[in-house]
Amino acid sequence: MKESVVLKTNERSLVLKALSRLKFKRPKFELVPSLKKLLIPVSSILVFLGIWYLGAESLRQREIDFRVEKALTDQGQAAADALTLCFAANDPSCQTNTLPSPAQVWSSLITLIDDYFIIKQDKLDFKAKTEAINETRIAQGNDPIVYTGRASFVDQIIRSLKTVFAGFLLALIVAVPLGIFIGLSPALKNAFNWFIQVFKPVSPVVWYLLVFMIVKTMLIDSTEDNSFTISFISVGLCSMWATLVNTAMGVSSVDKDFINVAKVLKLGTFQKIFKVILPSALPFIFTGLKITMSVGWMVLIAIELLAQSPGLGTFVWEEFQNGANDSNSKIIVAMFVIGVIGFLLDRFMLSIQNAVSFEKTDAI
Amino acid sequence: MAYLELKNICKTYGEGDSKTEVLSDINLSIEEGEFVAIVGFTGSGKTTLVNLINGLLEPTSGEVIFKGEKVVGTSHERGVIFQNYSLLPWLSVEKNVMMAVKEAFPKRDKSVWKRKAAHYIDMVSLTPAINKLPKELSGGMRQRVAVARALAMKPDMILMDEPLSALDALTRGTLQDQILNIWNKDKRTALLITNDVDEGIYMADRIIPLRPGPNATLGPEFKIDIERPRDKTALNDNKVYKETRNAIIQYLMDIGNERKAEAKAPIALPDLEPKSFVEYV
Repeated sequence: MKESVVLKTNERSLVLKALSRLKFKRPKFELVPSLKKLLIPVSSILVFLGIWYLGAESLRQREIDFRVEKALTDQGQAAADALTLCFAANDPSCQTNTLPSPAQVWSSLITLIDDYFIIKQDKLDFKAKTEAINETRIAQGNDPIVYTGRASFVDQIIRSLKTVFAGFLLALIVAVPLGIFIGLSPALKNAFNWFIQVFKPVSPVVWYLLVFMIVKTMLIDSTEDNSFTISFISVGLCSMWATLVNTAMGVSSVDKDFINVAKVLKLGTFQKIFKVILPSALPFIFTGLKITMSVGWMVLIAIELLAQSPGLGTFVWEEFQNGANDSNSKIIVAMFVIGVIGFLLDRFMLSIQNAVSFEKTDAI
Repeated sequence: MAYLELKNICKTYGEGDSKTEVLSDINLSIEEGEFVAIVGFTGSGKTTLVNLINGLLEPTSGEVIFKGEKVVGTSHERGVIFQNYSLLPWLSVEKNVMMAVKEAFPKRDKSVWKRKAAHYIDMVSLTPAINKLPKELSGGMRQRVAVARALAMKPDMILMDEPLSALDALTRGTLQDQILNIWNKDKRTALLITNDVDEGIYMADRIIPLRPGPNATLGPEFKIDIERPRDKTALNDNKVYKETRNAIIQYLMDIGNERKAEAKAPIALPDLEPKSFVEYV
């Protein structure tokens, strides 16, 4: 009897010990895995920067060698030596026109940000200066004087975002209802199928030209700048196909069981569409909208460039035409900004999708 | 006049050469308050039969008469419990049931709908899961939601299309009892389609085997004279139970063998012989 009691307490203490050991193990901060998690992306970024740096260096060296060689054959030894020294001293008059190094891109980014604050101050000064004049002009029935200086990089980003959202909204308003109708009716599907198949693969440039032809004529008596209208309509038309096709597919492939439920519950057509078909097609529709958003952002740059609508596309093109010392690095800054904004837009769409849809989708 | 009557029902799918007759010459009548089970092999056209009765499908010939009127289209008078639950995955348990409540009581306000839905969910004892989504529930719980939804339509008759065949044996048993309890309370007419003879005997007043399709017809009916409430464990020793069970299984086995014999009918082979090249070597 006594023995068994002793055994029991022993057992209990053993169990307790095991439990306490478990308890201590679990909340312990696991340093190694979380470091690993951080280490892998950080090291991949460092490797990327390293390869970029080495590549930019070798390209720069190649251009210097070529130009020194050319100076030697054309102008002789003295000119070649002077050029070598000039490059070695990193003189502003001796700059290569090739892939900029990470450091150059970073300093361009700083320049652009500084530039933004300068222009902002400029605008404020202008406003203060013209306030009194504008008041009298408005009182006389004239148009007020507006700031017409150059736009800052941030202004151009905002303008680009406005264009892409306007285009996205156009695509949403056109493609989602059209897709629903096409998905619901086989006759409409037949009617629109050739249209979708033919126009889907058309290049953004051609879409732009088409929209340009039409909008230019429609706004022929307007003196306003219509580049914004043209570019957002072009963006919408280029990017809406993914939403159209996905919506039609989602609507036409609703689970037959759900349709049977709707029939047994005797839902009306309106109720059936809004309570059964649309919720069930929502994941498809959002996949389409996500593709539309990313396609829209991608074609936006090319379309802005063609339409001369102020924005990132025009910024890139103007920098390229400009050919200043830091133009190339500003283009690379714009490239990163475009990439990061595209990524953020994608995440934004994903979070909306997960908020409204019954199926949760993970980011890739 | 029977409550539900099927008169010379015939249903074919497809056109021309690919035309197959799934059901032929189905005659069935069910009285008010009766619990009838139809037992059959998989693929014998059981779901087609249910869909004909609830109005999702129309018979090629013959007619379905419910309460003296020909069935055209679906109606909330005939509630259905589908084989694969068919709950709307984006709606919570409450909202799924509420969709059916709205159909049965279209002219009430939201608080009435909410109360009625809560009542039916309580009937299948799912009140703790009322705000959950179907994907967060187990198979048995999902089927209970489907039962609550079918009941919420205030049907005069409940059609069950293999409602329990996807569940494990233990869950099956409890759900059978739950369905029987609910049926017992207000004695609604019920039609159960199943592939489990034991389930049919335990639950129904009458069992009718469905001969396998194509051209499936109903076999002879078996009455089950066992008093309710039936006790599952005691049933195993019940003489009537044993006899009925053996008779039905024997009948179904015979049909199966018949079909096998049909399939085994010798196929005339062409008189061909492989050519031998040996002599040329």
